[in-house]
Amino acid sequence: MKEANGPVVRALSDGLSWVDQRLPVVDAWNKHLGQYWAPKNFNIWYYFGSLALLVLVNQLVTGIWLTMHYKTSAAEAFASVEYIMRDVPWGWLVRYMHSTGASLFFVVVYLHMFRGLIYGSYQKPRELIWVFGVVIFLLLMAEAFMGYVLPWGQMSYWGAQVIISLFGAIPFVGEGLAEWIRGDYLVSDATLNRFFALHVVALPLALIALIALHILALHEVGSNNPDGIDIKKKKDENGKPLDGIAFHPYYTVKDLVGVGFFLLLFAFIIFFAPEMGGWFLEHDNFVPANPLVTPEHIKPVWYFTPYYAMLRAIPDKLMGVLVMGGAVMILFAVPWLDRSPVRSIRYRPMLTKVLYAIFAVSFVWLGWLGAQTGSTLQTILARVFTLYYFAFFLLMPWWTTMGETKPVPERVTS
Amino acid sequence: MKRTIVKGRVLVSSALLALAAAGAVIAAGDVDLDHAQTDVSNIAALQRGAKLFVNYCQGCHGSQYMRYSRLGEDLGLTEEQIEENLIFNDAKVGDVILSAMDGADQQVWLGAQAPDLSVVARSRGVDWLYTYLRQFYIDPSRPIGWNNKAYPNANMPNVFWEMQGVRKAVYETHEKEDGAEEKVLVGFEQVTEGTMTEEEFDQTMLDLVSYLEYLGEPAKLQRESLGIWVLLYLALFTFVAYLLKKEFWKDVK
Repeated sequence: MKEANGPVVRALSDGLSWVDQRLPVVDAWNKHLGQYWAPKNFNIWYYFGSLALLVLVNQLVTGIWLTMHYKTSAAEAFASVEYIMRDVPWGWLVRYMHSTGASLFFVVVYLHMFRGLIYGSYQKPRELIWVFGVVIFLLLMAEAFMGYVLPWGQMSYWGAQVIISLFGAIPFVGEGLAEWIRGDYLVSDATLNRFFALHVVALPLALIALIALHILALHEVGSNNPDGIDIKKKKDENGKPLDGIAFHPYYTVKDLVGVGFFLLLFAFIIFFAPEMGGWFLEHDNFVPANPLVTPEHIKPVWYFTPYYAMLRAIPDKLMGVLVMGGAVMILFAVPWLDRSPVRSIRYRPMLTKVLYAIFAVSFVWLGWLGAQTGSTLQTILARVFTLYYFAFFLLMPWWTTMGETKPVPERVTS
Repeated sequence: MKRTIVKGRVLVSSALLALAAAGAVIAAGDVDLDHAQTDVSNIAALQRGAKLFVNYCQGCHGSQYMRYSRLGEDLGLTEEQIEENLIFNDAKVGDVILSAMDGADQQVWLGAQAPDLSVVARSRGVDWLYTYLRQFYIDPSRPIGWNNKAYPNANMPNVFWEMQGVRKAVYETHEKEDGAEEKVLVGFEQVTEGTMTEEEFDQTMLDLVSYLEYLGEPAKLQRESLGIWVLLYLALFTFVAYLLKKEFWKDVK
């Protein structure tokens, strides 16, 4: 630091070096922000990682405030949510931020995962980042499922009943396992209380730990980019990659623009369409849970519907459960299923592009089908798309080696 | 390179188009509901709706999550006005709005408890409520003497019969695919005249449905007016962030 600085700056600087001698704060800052060299060619797909982090913080903070007023009991839960919506000052805003945040978390995470797929971000040496990511996705699904039970509406109750009963399909131990999860013979106060504990303590802790690992692993090997080029191959005399720029300030300030656009969408939903036409907050969940009345049409929230469609497409319950579970588990294997010599879709053959496009479309279709009542035609379609989903991944070792790849440039393109 | 990206985009967008088109074909038509043109920012309509609610609904239904005092704040009524116009039992202004009849009594006398209406507009939707409230007809075969086209065999009488007048159902006989005959309810015939014309009655029910919509989510009054300011602020924030980004990225070659 320069001597010309005033006493305040000097005191701060002394304080920083006092801390730094005892805790590597400067090191950490440089490693993860100030001298973390990120490729300079990130495009729109690269906003969703930092946005996921933003939504996580939103969920944690609004969640803490919700627990201050929410009552964890089957007799009081529904009423306490309405109490938050009416009698708690700004309670409605906190609740809508949390419920909208849950859906947008999945929007952001699905796009983040798709980014990884099209740019081959899971390929060597980033396999572990992808594996941690899939674990985060699994935890997030558990977190969302249990959170959805807490308002204790009809869809909370019957959704939980249906999903937990799936464990009953497992031979021999299934029924006992389902009962162990519920803590009762049916979904009840005991279930609500344990889901609350998991939703607000256990799963968030696990999520934060996994996200830390996800980012640490990323910063160890460095970020991929839309060209799928290893920027560390070309460095200047100081060891800084030629195509790399410091994460801070360049990407912090760029991500801020992404945050702005994201918050515009977020605020629009919160203030003008918090139910999102029944997709974010389902109409049936405004009816208090009633174990004696089964809703006409039980369906999960939109972010589970692709997998729910797969479950229903299979006539056999156990097979359906295995297919649904397998659809998520298969993601773990992606780094080893992809045999393509290039990472990015930009330099892959036309066949790959077509297969990815069909994959994206069929996944969205499955999501739509999972929310429908399931006519014969819908079931047939769900089967076709489920088949495609699995074929896409299981046949990856073959189709990723087919066709001509284009030459990958030495340096990133703009 | 540019060309293949464009090609890829065309591919994806045409696939998405096909998806949307097919979705429209597969989605089957729902039950016919009349559209309720509600407007919760119309405070006068909400006041009229509140008055209808306490006079015609509260005998059986409550809204246990809503307080009289909140009604006063949102609808611009003083404590005295609330006590005079909206409270007909010994409730205090700070109390929640409960039904005049005990739920256990309803079970015995009517065979079922009338549902709480706090969030009924959010579970049923305003269009459904608007349709339902206007489709009662007399039906001697029902224990209660009334039936409803939108919700067949509903256990609720037409509490607005004086306004709407008594109506009976008109049926048409259709032949089903298997040759069997089927009676289809196609409309209503006025038996006695009501105190209101059809238009007046529709408008009255719209007031009530607007009130129910407000009742389902009182925060709606604030959130939409506040939301505009939030969006304007965020637009400004995003613009400034964009300028900042442009400034910093000048040195990225």
